[in-house]
Amino acid sequence: MTSGATEATFAALVLPFLGAVVAPVLAGRFGARAAWGLAVLPALSFLHFCSLVPEIAGGAPVTGGYAWVPSYNLSFSWYLDGLSLTFALLVTGIGALIVLYAGGYLKGHVLQGRFLAFLFLFMGAMLGLVVSDSFLMLFIFWEMTSITSFLLIGFDHERRAARRAALQALVITGGGGLFLLAGLLLLWNVTDVTHMSLALPYGEALKASPYYLAVLLLVLMAAFTKSAQFPFHAWLPNAMEAPTPVSAYLHSATMVKAGIYLLMRLYPALGGTAAWEIILPVFGGLTLIVGAVMAVGESDLKRMLAYTTLASLGLLVLLLGAGGDDAVEAAVLYLMAHALFKGAFFMLAGILDHETGSRDITALGGLVSAMPLTFAITLAAALSMGGLPPFFGFLAKEEIYAALAGGNLRAILLTATVVLGNALMFAAAFVIALKPFLGARKPTPRAPHEAPILLWLAPAVLALAGLVAALLSPRFHALFSTPMASAVRAAPAPVEIGPMPHFGLPLLLSVVTILVGIGVWLLADRLRPAVALLVATLSPGPDAAFDEFIAGLLALARRVTRLTQPGRLHIYMTVMFATLAAALFVTPALYGEWPAWPRFAPLLPSEAMIFAVAVIGLGAVITARQRLTAIVALGIQGFAVAVIFVFYSAPDLAFTQFMVETLSVVILTLVMMRLRLSVVDRRAPRRRLVDGALALGGGFGLVLLTLKTLETPFDPALSLFFGQWSRVIAHGRNVVNVIIVDFRGTDTLGEIAVVTAAGLAVLALLRRRSTRRGKA
Amino acid sequence: MIEPWLAVLSGLFFSAGIYLLLAPHLLRALIGFALFGNAVNLLLFLSGRVTRDAPPIIGEAETALKAGAANPLPQALILTAIVISFSFFAFLLVLAWRAFRDLGAEEVDGLDRAEPRDRPAPPGGY
Repeated sequence: MTSGATEATFAALVLPFLGAVVAPVLAGRFGARAAWGLAVLPALSFLHFCSLVPEIAGGAPVTGGYAWVPSYNLSFSWYLDGLSLTFALLVTGIGALIVLYAGGYLKGHVLQGRFLAFLFLFMGAMLGLVVSDSFLMLFIFWEMTSITSFLLIGFDHERRAARRAALQALVITGGGGLFLLAGLLLLWNVTDVTHMSLALPYGEALKASPYYLAVLLLVLMAAFTKSAQFPFHAWLPNAMEAPTPVSAYLHSATMVKAGIYLLMRLYPALGGTAAWEIILPVFGGLTLIVGAVMAVGESDLKRMLAYTTLASLGLLVLLLGAGGDDAVEAAVLYLMAHALFKGAFFMLAGILDHETGSRDITALGGLVSAMPLTFAITLAAALSMGGLPPFFGFLAKEEIYAALAGGNLRAILLTATVVLGNALMFAAAFVIALKPFLGARKPTPRAPHEAPILLWLAPAVLALAGLVAALLSPRFHALFSTPMASAVRAAPAPVEIGPMPHFGLPLLLSVVTILVGIGVWLLADRLRPAVALLVATLSPGPDAAFDEFIAGLLALARRVTRLTQPGRLHIYMTVMFATLAAALFVTPALYGEWPAWPRFAPLLPSEAMIFAVAVIGLGAVITARQRLTAIVALGIQGFAVAVIFVFYSAPDLAFTQFMVETLSVVILTLVMMRLRLSVVDRRAPRRRLVDGALALGGGFGLVLLTLKTLETPFDPALSLFFGQWSRVIAHGRNVVNVIIVDFRGTDTLGEIAVVTAAGLAVLALLRRRSTRRGKA
Repeated sequence: MIEPWLAVLSGLFFSAGIYLLLAPHLLRALIGFALFGNAVNLLLFLSGRVTRDAPPIIGEAETALKAGAANPLPQALILTAIVISFSFFAFLLVLAWRAFRDLGAEEVDGLDRAEPRDRPAPPGGY
């Protein structure tokens, strides 16, 4: 790859972020028409990635990037193989269409610019995610998609439901991101590399590693939360609170597929083991059935689509866990088909909502005459979703059945699950595609009319793409399906399925699916209340559990706050000194480092006397019952300390101490004269005992620490330096003074500043007028 | 060695200081604070080792401090510490006086305007 191509790819990755910057400006100036111009940015990225298709389809991954922190092996680097490229094309291609659609959908909205900026930010994050080679970059973009999705879901932030849905999505998917981080770190630890492209060949070593299961579970947590697998699925239907362009883009075509992407990306490294082939089908199958059943039970168009998306995601996970080349190829085909038809479907639901004012399936009917074009596009999307020829969904479904069908119990179970799920999705697709358009016309809040081009263009392109991809399947497979499947398998995996039905078991299963689907479709109106009843019986489900979780978290936080911040000084002090005492005793006890019994040199009589005076002063302070006694006793101990400084060759300290103690006593007396503060200790005996024990513990602990310190030899280097140079370079004979005003002059300046500030504060406090209220 | 005696003395100062700081009475807590300051100064002082009757002053005829003179460094540090703790003590005293005047509280538990006991929980919904 030439260096020019590196820059071009980098530009293609950055373009969406550029869009985020210019979108508010352009939208403010040109309104909805700005969408035409803004869509050019992702379209350019799309074209760039298209230009890479031949090279990558030929089997040569495109890599590039820039070093970031080379010493830690951190880089901004990308790795584009069939898998990443297909995702990049989906992100940018559907992204360009979504920008157009959003322009039409939010036409006239005051905050359209902000919305488009969020959308572009998400696009950039998602694009970065799917091309990331470096673990760190993958993680950052992963969390960025969670955050931008939070912003988009909560776009309509004045509604409580939107706020809740946004937070729920952030907590679940962002929390999953933490599992991803842990998983990637562990992966780094096991393989010693920080890049996907380098980690993948470690598959065999990784699977034999004792950490394999931990890595797998962490990665699965990330993928399952992001791709809304049961029981982490509740956020996805709730995310339908977001404006429809968001639902179409994030919650069907791109973001929810990030988890699937991660599973596909790591398939060579982690896939194919017993754990993988048990966990994935179980969770995928559960999600498939839960989603499909709930979809049939819904009446809100968007929530119906959200549940079918759940089901599709479950199906993808199940396929990835089913094992074998065919299953991977089926997953690849289904992923592409789903991105096309589900993206279109959501946008069509948005059109119905936008043009009629309602998205309740039971309130809509007979719209075909008013909205023929919308009906045609919806039908095309439904045919693909239902898996009917000659649409791309049919190819995917044939491949799925070909991969799963088998004679053993596991194959039969999986096949039955998928047939049931597909049948229910088939029914849901045609409920949405037919019910609002056929039958008797029902009154709607707004008079229905055909959507403007900005709205219908995007779904039309996607629906048409589903048809063209199927009709030109050999070419499409060669360019996209086979490279992608080969990238997932890390081995050549040619995809060969075509749009013409061939007799065989897969076709038979398709026929069964369609027959069951038609049955469900006919009964849809009667099944809906039944499912609602079932859900009510089984509730509370994971959605209610989320509320419980948040409430519990808040209650815990409140309890912790009350415990650690009770607002009572005594408790803070007790904790502090208890910790001090514990630290002083536990550490030497653990390491057996008690000081030896020290050698007490005999004291001179004068020294012994002043020590005794100090101790008497202390005792008097503690036991003082009158204010005057307390003040005098405080003075006594202070002067005793000053005399100690005199005895031990510190005249400067002694002077200062004398002065300070005198001033302290004077100020204390002044304050006491104004206040009738009592000094009598009114602590209860029990509390006195506890406080006394803490005090003795702290004091004794500090004695032990000091004695231990005294055992180590004294290093006089610094003191010698000052003694040697005071006179020579600072021209002072009193070394202490020289240190203060010369060697550490700046420090003294700071000290003066502190004293000044304290003085000013005292002045302010004295002059401030009393604000006392209540009793005197 | 004289230092162990000083270590025990500073320990007693610490004990007395802690005991008073734990008291609920404003004034006792403040006196405890002053004792605590002295305790720390003594600790610093003895850590630099003490010497009798040899102040760290260079003689008229000498260019450097004689061997055996007291350690000047801890003295310089303590000098700073004494002044700082004094100004802090004065500030706290006036603050206590002010608290008593404005809040009528002479026990620290009465000083709870910043963290009222019955303060309502912050909003918890969405």
